[in-house]
Parts: sequence; structure tokens; C-alpha cells
Amino acid sequence: MALAEDFTIEEKEEQERMVLESVDRFLERDVEPFAHELEADDTYPQEIVEKMIDMGLFGATIGTEYGGLGLSVSTYAKIVERVSTVWMSVSGIFNSHLIMAAAVERSGTEEQKAKWLPRFASGELRGGIALTEPDAGTDLQGIRTRADKSGNGYALNGAKTWISNAVEGGVLAILAKTNPEAEPRHKGMSLFLVEKSSEFKVDKRMKKLGYKGIDSGEFVMEDLFVPGENLIGGTEGRGLQQILGGLELGRINVAARGVGIAKACLLKSVEYSQLRKTFGKPISEHQSIQIKLADMATQVESARLLTEQAALAYDMGERCDMEAGMAKLVASEAALSNSLEAMRIHGAYGYSKEFDIERYYRDAPLLAIGEGTNELQKLIIAKQLLARYPV
Amino acid sequence: MKVLVPVKRVIDYNVKVRVKADQTGVELANVKMSMNPFDEISIEEAIRLKEAGHAEEVIAVSVGVQQCQETIRTALAMGADRGIHVVHDGDIEPLVVAKILKELVDKEGPSIVIVGKQAIDDDSNQTGQMLAALLGWGQATFVSKVEIEGDSIKATREVDGGLETISVMLPAVLTTDLRLNEPRYASLPNIMKAKKKPIEQFTPVELGVDPSCRIEILKVAEPPTREAGVKVSDVGELVDKLRNTAKVI
Ligand SMILES: Cc1cc2nc3c(=O)[nH]c(=O)nc-3n(C[C@H](O)[C@H](O)[C@H](O)COP(=O)(O)OP(=O)(O)OC[C@H]3O[C@@H](n4cnc5c(N)ncnc54)[C@H](O)[C@@H]3O)c2cc1C
Repeated sequence: MALAEDFTIEEKEEQERMVLESVDRFLERDVEPFAHELEADDTYPQEIVEKMIDMGLFGATIGTEYGGLGLSVSTYAKIVERVSTVWMSVSGIFNSHLIMAAAVERSGTEEQKAKWLPRFASGELRGGIALTEPDAGTDLQGIRTRADKSGNGYALNGAKTWISNAVEGGVLAILAKTNPEAEPRHKGMSLFLVEKSSEFKVDKRMKKLGYKGIDSGEFVMEDLFVPGENLIGGTEGRGLQQILGGLELGRINVAARGVGIAKACLLKSVEYSQLRKTFGKPISEHQSIQIKLADMATQVESARLLTEQAALAYDMGERCDMEAGMAKLVASEAALSNSLEAMRIHGAYGYSKEFDIERYYRDAPLLAIGEGTNELQKLIIAKQLLARYPV
Repeated sequence: MKVLVPVKRVIDYNVKVRVKADQTGVELANVKMSMNPFDEISIEEAIRLKEAGHAEEVIAVSVGVQQCQETIRTALAMGADRGIHVVHDGDIEPLVVAKILKELVDKEGPSIVIVGKQAIDDDSNQTGQMLAALLGWGQATFVSKVEIEGDSIKATREVDGGLETISVMLPAVLTTDLRLNEPRYASLPNIMKAKKKPIEQFTPVELGVDPSCRIEILKVAEPPTREAGVKVSDVGELVDKLRNTAKVI
């Protein structure tokens, strides 16, 4: 998924600069002025989505042979960071779409790639990934959705919840059990691309603390027919690996969002603390505020460096579950603590719905839960650590 | 018809400019550089002329160091068709740029040259006017609206006290004002494709232009910082200060 071969390093750097500049313009002009109101009303940002289609964002990491941009994950992470600095929900609309696309690009058959990826890349067909169920999140092997052979395809039965883009998207990659008796359990799991149709509609939107605007859907499948050709990779029993491979990208992605929020909170605090005066001087001259700013800035930098390191490892094709896990952990915790510190620094204005700090404060906790909870990240990190350094 | 658009690489408008310690100029090392905002407006207008079917080709030209190619590529990503880079290290003055542009106009035969009314680095506001004089073409400066009417252009200009509408025969030089349009940002696929568009290179000498400077910069200094005001307790003190300290009454 690297840039096309014929670009030199300097050209790639220049392209990255130009890409990020365009993203900044897009955010400044088409997102920032509207974010506050859309988020307050929990309105799906349809016009912003149209702009993102024009921008080519839905094909960001999809290979150029399928009409995508073939951006490196390092560049992609910088895009996500910038978007999240302004409004995290907007990044969610293309993030889980691209995780779905990555699963197809990595594990799909040639026919599947040729059929789906160009439509994903253009943004004509957008979607997400449906793993979580009412009874299973972290423990994905405990999902209950079944896919039973039926004619020349499968019949899906079960329920999915908290699925990003499920209502507004046109397609979902759904994780289901093709063999519920399999041991180990993951060998009985498969991933299906299911397009919306008169039989498959999602209407229910979850109400939530933050991450507004973007839809989080819930749906039940009752004998939902999926053609056999939509089984990703064409072979049963590989679904969990297929989706977990994509979750590294997902974790880098969440880490980048964390960096974005943590940075936004820092920058707003640095500015505000120099303007707000108490006891005859700007609060930035009070030592307790300075200590907060120093901690916040240090968190941003460590989160950013870990995220860059994980993205580089991903681009090099190296195993990076531990790096991605660390980046996700540190960056999401940075977002959480910086949003709270920013609120303290902003005082009542931080608590006010008229300003952005309370939004960052409501958005940040998702980062500790989604794409594998932070507790789970620690388990992954420890497991890798012990495996890499056996006695 | 062809439209030629010069684009200048300048310090980004968001950067807080700092004067070099030796006062020979402003600090350029590790500073973000971008296309002059007025030139973005020029490129946008040229692309719109193309989209409206008035122009067939938009050529972006930049004069300066190697990195000017990046500025040209930004123009190509926005929608210009090809680029010309006139390579020159070191300072360059409006008259030299105008002479270079004249040579390129003679080579390329555009019907319109759209120039930013000024560059935000040295605010000269000269190149477009000088170019029109060298070419013997009509000019419409500080335009905020442009309409093609047959073989002339109806241009609205921002002048002191209001708007002036004039008609200029083609070929002509236009210089753009801020309110002419809102330039687009390049889509990411177009940024990728910009690399494939050709950029020709020349040196000023190859174009028959002597690039040497006629102006010597003696010193560049920061504007004096504004000093904090003082509070006066009553009208008497105010009058006293105005008369004896500020010496304005
Ligand atoms: C806004 C939003 C959007 C989402 N979008 C999607 C989406 O697009 N697609 C999708 O499939 N899902 C999505 N999810 C679901 C998300 O991935 C899950 O919520 C997450 O994986 C956690 O699962 P859970 O909520 O079932 O928590 P549980 O798995 O029930 O976990 C509860 C707690 O137990 C801890 N825990 C669990 N197992 C262990 C263990 N072995 N050791 C230690 N601690 C453990 C967890 O860390 C957590 O603290 C979304 C969720 C939200 C809130």
C-alpha cells in the first residue's frame, strides 16, 4: 500500500506536504465552521461527506491500481490526526470504511478486489465493520451471529450493535460464525461483505455521550441472505485473522485521533492561558498552570512519536501489533487527560457548550474503548513482550 | 486561448515573520513556504476560464529557487495544465520578473496573463503593470470580477471609494484582488496526478534576460513594538499629558 513505485523520497515528502495542506484547507473551510452546530444537533455531516468524496479521502489507503490514493499509513495517520484536531467524528466516517477496504485488499480474492475496491475508493460505496454484538465486544470469539449455508450462499442470523456507519453506509463487513462448534473457536469465523438492500436496512442509531454526527447503528439479521461470492477470501474460517490484521491499522488510526484531540486541547489551553487573567496576570504565569501545560505537551509528543513509529513499522510491512497497541494506549490516555486538563484550565468556559473543550472531553473516552479497550491493549503488549523476550 | 499565470513562492501567510539577526532580510530557514495567496486567486480564475470554455490551456510559471517547483505543482494540482520554472537563486526584482514573463509570453502566445496584484512578502505591486507596459498590452489591475465579452474583458476593479468597471481589449494583463474568487484546494487524486504534468525549465539567461538586481537592500528591521498605554485619572491629567508629554495639542 505504498505510494506508486516511480516516486522518489523527496517527491513522496512533497506529496505528503501537499496532501496535508489540502486537508488543512478542507478542515478550515468545510469542517471547522460547521462542526459545532452539527455536533450539538447530532446531525450526520452529509455535506462534509460529499466534500470528502471529492477530496478522495475514501480511497486514501486503497492501492492506486484500484483507484485509491495508495497513501502510506504514516501519511494517513497525519491526516486522521488533523481531522480529529477539528472534529473526530468526521474521521470515523472514512476510518472504519478503510478498515473494511483493507480487509478486502489484503484477504479478498482477485475478483472481490476488482469488484469492490474501486467502488470503495471512489466513495460511491461506503461502509464499516460489524463485529460487536450485544453480548460480545472484547471477546470477539464469543459472537453469536451465525452464517449457515443456504442455496448458493449463506443465511445470517444474529445481532450487531455499536456499528459505525451502519445506518448511513451502503455496505458492511460482518463477522459471523460459519462453524459454531469449531475448536479453536476462531477457525469457525468468517467475514462477509453485505450490501444494503430492501432485505438489509439499518435504522437504529445509538444515543451516545460523544462521537456525535456519525451514526452508530444496531441491527438484527433474520435469515439475511448473502451470496457465497461475498465471503471474503472465498474460504471459511479466516474471518477473525482477516479482521484482526485490519485492526492494527485501526489502532494506529485511533492513536492518531488521540494525538489530534490531545493536541487540540493543548493548543487551545496554551492560547487561553495567555489571554485569561487572574490576580493581575495571565494564568499562564501561574506555576500550577505551567505544570499542566508542560504535562500536556509532553503527552502529545510521546503519543505522536509512538503513533509515527507504529505507522512506519506498518508501512515497512513489519509486525506492529505491540507498537500499534502502545500508540493506541498512550494516545488515547493523552486525549483523555488533556481534555480534562484543558477543561480545568478553561474553567467554566471549558464546561460550557459554547466552546469546544467539553466536546473533546466527551469524545475522548471512546478512544479508550473502541478498537480494543485499553485494558486489552495492555494484554496485547504484555503478550508480545513476553513472546519477544523468552527466558 | 492560453492563460499564463505566474505563481510566487512566499512565506506562508500564517507564519510570523522574523527579521534575521544581521538585518539583511527575513528568516527563511525552516519556515513554511506556500503559494502567494493572490496567485492562488489568479490560478483559480484561470481554471474557471478554462472550465467555462474560454481557455484551452493554463500555464503556471514560477521564477526562483528549485523549490519553486513545489509551488508550480500546487498550481498543477489545482488544475493548471503544465508548468514553466525559470530557475534563479538569490534575490529577484519585479522588473526582472516582468521581463522574464514577457519572453515567456512571446514564446507561448497567451491571450491573458493573470498576475496577483502583489506578493505578500515584499508587497511591491509592480510586476503586472510592468509586464503590460513591456508587452504594450492593456491592463486591468486589482480586479474583483472578470467577464469575457468576445475579444475583450469586462473587469470590475477595486478602487478608492468604490468599484470601477472597465473594458480592456485582449490580449491583456489582469492583476487579481482578494475578492475575485475563493480558490479551491487541490483534491488528493489531483495532487497525485500533478506529478505527471510536465514542468519545463529555463534560466533567465536562456530567455535573454539579465537577472541582476538594480536595488540594493540596505537594512531590514522589525517595526517598533507598540508601547503599553497609560491610564489617566482625570481630564486635567489627560490634557496635561497631551500637551506636555505627547506634545500633540
Ligand atoms: C461510539 C462507538 C463506536 C463503535 N464502533 C464499532 C464498529 O464500527 N464496529 C464494531 O464492531 N464495534 C464498534 N464499537 C464497539 C467497540 O469495539 C466495543 O465497545 C469494544 O470492543 C469493547 O467491547 P464491549 O463494549 O463489549 O466491552 P466488554 O468486552 O464487555 O468489556 C467490558 C470491560 O471489561 C474489560 N475486559 C474485557 N475482557 C478483558 C480481559 N480479558 N482482561 C481484562 N479486561 C477485560 C474491558 O477492557 C472493559 O473494561 C463501537 C463502540 C462505540 C462506543
